[in-house]
Amino acid sequence: MTRAVSREVMLNVENVSLAFGGVKAVTDISFDIRNGEIRAIIGPNGAGKTSMLNVINGFYHPQKGTITFKGRVRRRMRPSEAARSGIARTFQNVALFRGMSTLDNIMSGRSLKMHANFLWQLVYLGPARREEIAHRKKVEEIIDFLEIQHIRRIPVGKLPYGLQKRVELGRALAMEPELLLLDEPMAGMNLEEKEDMSRFILDVNSEFGTTIALIEHDMGVVMDLSDRVVVLDYGRKIADGTPTEVKSNQGVIDAYLGVAHEESERWTS
Amino acid sequence: MFYREAGQYKSSYEADQAVFPLAQDRIGMAVILVLAAAVVPFIASNFVLEAILIPFLILALATIGLNVLTGYAGQLSLGTGGFMGAGAYACYKLTTSFPDANLILLILLSGFFAAAVGLVFGLPSLRIKGLYLAVATLAAQFFLEWCFIRIGWLYNYNVSGAIDSPERRMFGLVLTGPNASPVTRYLTVLAIVLGVTVLVKNLVRGRIGRSWMMIRDMDIAAELMGIRPLVAKLSAFAVSSYICGVAGAMFVFFYLGSVEPAAFSITLSFQILFMAIIGGLGSLIGCYFGAAFLWILPIFLRNVLPMLGIDVGAENIVHLTSMIVGVLIILFLIWEPHGLARLWQVAKEKLRVWPFPYA
Amino acid sequence: MDLLNQIFIAPFIQMAGAPDFLAQVLWEGFVSGILYALIALGFVLIFKASGVFNFAQGIMVVFAALTLVGLYQKGVPAILALILTIAVMGVLALAVERLIMRPLVNQPEIILLMATIGLTYFLVGLGEFVFGGEPKQMITEELGLPTGSTEIPFGEQGVVILQHIDIAAAVIALVMVAALGLFFSRTRIGRALRAVADDHQAALSVGISLNQIWAIVWFAAGIVALATGIMWGARSDVSFALEIIALRALPVLILGGFTSVPGAIVGGLIIGIGEKLGEIYWGPLLGGGIESWLAYMIALIFLLFRPQGLFGERFIERV
Repeated sequence: MTRAVSREVMLNVENVSLAFGGVKAVTDISFDIRNGEIRAIIGPNGAGKTSMLNVINGFYHPQKGTITFKGRVRRRMRPSEAARSGIARTFQNVALFRGMSTLDNIMSGRSLKMHANFLWQLVYLGPARREEIAHRKKVEEIIDFLEIQHIRRIPVGKLPYGLQKRVELGRALAMEPELLLLDEPMAGMNLEEKEDMSRFILDVNSEFGTTIALIEHDMGVVMDLSDRVVVLDYGRKIADGTPTEVKSNQGVIDAYLGVAHEESERWTS
Repeated sequence: MFYREAGQYKSSYEADQAVFPLAQDRIGMAVILVLAAAVVPFIASNFVLEAILIPFLILALATIGLNVLTGYAGQLSLGTGGFMGAGAYACYKLTTSFPDANLILLILLSGFFAAAVGLVFGLPSLRIKGLYLAVATLAAQFFLEWCFIRIGWLYNYNVSGAIDSPERRMFGLVLTGPNASPVTRYLTVLAIVLGVTVLVKNLVRGRIGRSWMMIRDMDIAAELMGIRPLVAKLSAFAVSSYICGVAGAMFVFFYLGSVEPAAFSITLSFQILFMAIIGGLGSLIGCYFGAAFLWILPIFLRNVLPMLGIDVGAENIVHLTSMIVGVLIILFLIWEPHGLARLWQVAKEKLRVWPFPYA
Repeated sequence: MDLLNQIFIAPFIQMAGAPDFLAQVLWEGFVSGILYALIALGFVLIFKASGVFNFAQGIMVVFAALTLVGLYQKGVPAILALILTIAVMGVLALAVERLIMRPLVNQPEIILLMATIGLTYFLVGLGEFVFGGEPKQMITEELGLPTGSTEIPFGEQGVVILQHIDIAAAVIALVMVAALGLFFSRTRIGRALRAVADDHQAALSVGISLNQIWAIVWFAAGIVALATGIMWGARSDVSFALEIIALRALPVLILGGFTSVPGAIVGGLIIGIGEKLGEIYWGPLLGGGIESWLAYMIALIFLLFRPQGLFGERFIERV
């Protein structure tokens, strides 16, 4: 891989803690994401990975800690502000707009960039029309990139799961984000689909220079794609480094595979 | 065989985004418009114009208004009758206060008052969702009904409590009042309804319509994409109430002539809601289908059943019609749950590959 | 200043000045609250078991009452008419299950709601066709329900008048609510009902017979509708205007929750008492007649503070 990953920090998470009532989702987490890198966030189920993404997004507000994005510290941020400052994301359970077609869904990602006012929209002439065509052009580029031309007009509710995930990626790309948060983009995919998706992710990173934070369970994918990895377990960070470093970390192995003597103790007592 | 798109290539995004991309659709639409505007006025009887077509068009417009709010923006509203009334009373006050002003202008202006009312009662939508929001709109409906009766200023303190449409002219033609000919009224209504339909279509296919649909489908994701729920929801309420207000004004001035507050009751709200649902939520052409189904069909049944020899008395015809409509609604839902508009789409799909069974 | 006095002080002085009148108003509110709760109960039953908002509940109330009175007027003795009406509601339940619920299983709720709208049209037409549209009198005495009233002295010189039929209505309603509440939480069928409300497909996959459950639930709702119709009809005539009153159940459902049986009672009481108090003591300020929208305003204000209703669960949106 010949991407140049700078040492400049784009996102800095410092001592973030988030709890829902008595349930501690994440506790005292700190890590950073550098410009242009692909950062994987991994860990067993329930480790707090999605909660972490939701915090970065502004969807949940942490009780403690700060997040610094592009040099600015944010305390409580609304999701629409996150969108406006250049963060886009996909979701574990595919949050597409089911009543709309693929084309409309990806066009919806351009919402922030459309400004033609109400009156022009009413008559659909002048600035409104020009804007619509210009953004349609951009969206078609993304459609070409993701090879989904054949499903342009199909309502997304009718698409198979793998294609839905791809459309969701397209919608996030339409926002031209600087930081792209992907929540298990390959869940439920077969090998071929995973290879396609991996290729797309790599291309997004190398062609558009987008920084990517990626939650993923498939270790092969994580090892191949990411520059650095953060490992969470029970809401805490247990490892942080390159894929090779993390793979051989004893704590990580214990978290994933479990520790033998603990199991037998539980049965006898 | 006839309805194919073969040979019709689009070489620009603009052409691809046209409302009627297929030439056959364009021709069909043109034919319908010519029929509606140039043929019908000459061959239709006064009864057909006054009792069927004019109210059908006005109700279709009200359905479009409701569809903007409930079908496109996903905010359930049971206050349509009230908003229509707001427009009607606003128009009444405007025409009686400015007797020389152009009527069409005043009708279009009265929509803004209805829009203001809609905005106020739309505010709860920022906190309340779904079926619960229906209660807020019900509050609006019943409160407005109460206002129409209790606030004497609205009907100029006249004794009967009813409002009527004074005679108004434009270009020398009498538009309203007892001397207005059905043809003039029909053409005016047709022009206004078609005009508003075009404007709404433009809104719906652009970024504003998309923002409504995003809020409807998944408002969390919409927010994460930069949509402001406040702006999207309130704009839907405002546009919807505006359209309903204009429809309400036309209801009095071009259809009924004189109206009591009871005309804008919850029954009317439900009637429009059923039209929107049966026609297909989220579809403009569905509004016309729904209005036709719930307005024209009962009249049709009422006149056809005696002809078929089923004679049970005039009153019972109404009841039988109600029963038949109810059964038809249920049958429809089992057959095609997404309304007449979807049925129409399916029919067009089949037409594309006709005479083959599938492509 | 005077306006503030009128809103915040004068009504309470009025209340304190005539405590027997206040007690009467509270009683009236209590009774109408119980009746609202009965209507809401019908909605809750069907919503709890099938996730459907039964738009036709109001017309079922009217239809049940009309059937009862209609049979009696045709010469059928009262008790037999009652039994026959129960049977008719049973047949209706079976028909609804077979012809509406079964073909539409697992469709989204809006579709089922629309189907109940179709059912409403049908029942309105049928009711008017068979029984005619004029208001009728409920056969209260013939059914053995108490008439007359009791006067209870209150305060120094005041009297509070309690109608016996109102007391009977309250007792019957509370018994029904208690029975239904126990049924849902303790019995096997009650559990199955709750499972079906959650997810049709999942319930099917654990072997619950949807058809049986739905038939049972619509029958129960029909019985509740009949009881409601009798009670309402005893206090005012049986007419199609009742259908609109049924809409009043919506604010009750908002407050009490769409799936809570005790919630229906609490919601009903809040709306009933709130409405009466508002109408009597604050109504004249606005020119009267405010009970047509007061219930909805009360519900709306509650919703602004608790968007999920009083008994609803706060759902944390998971993305």
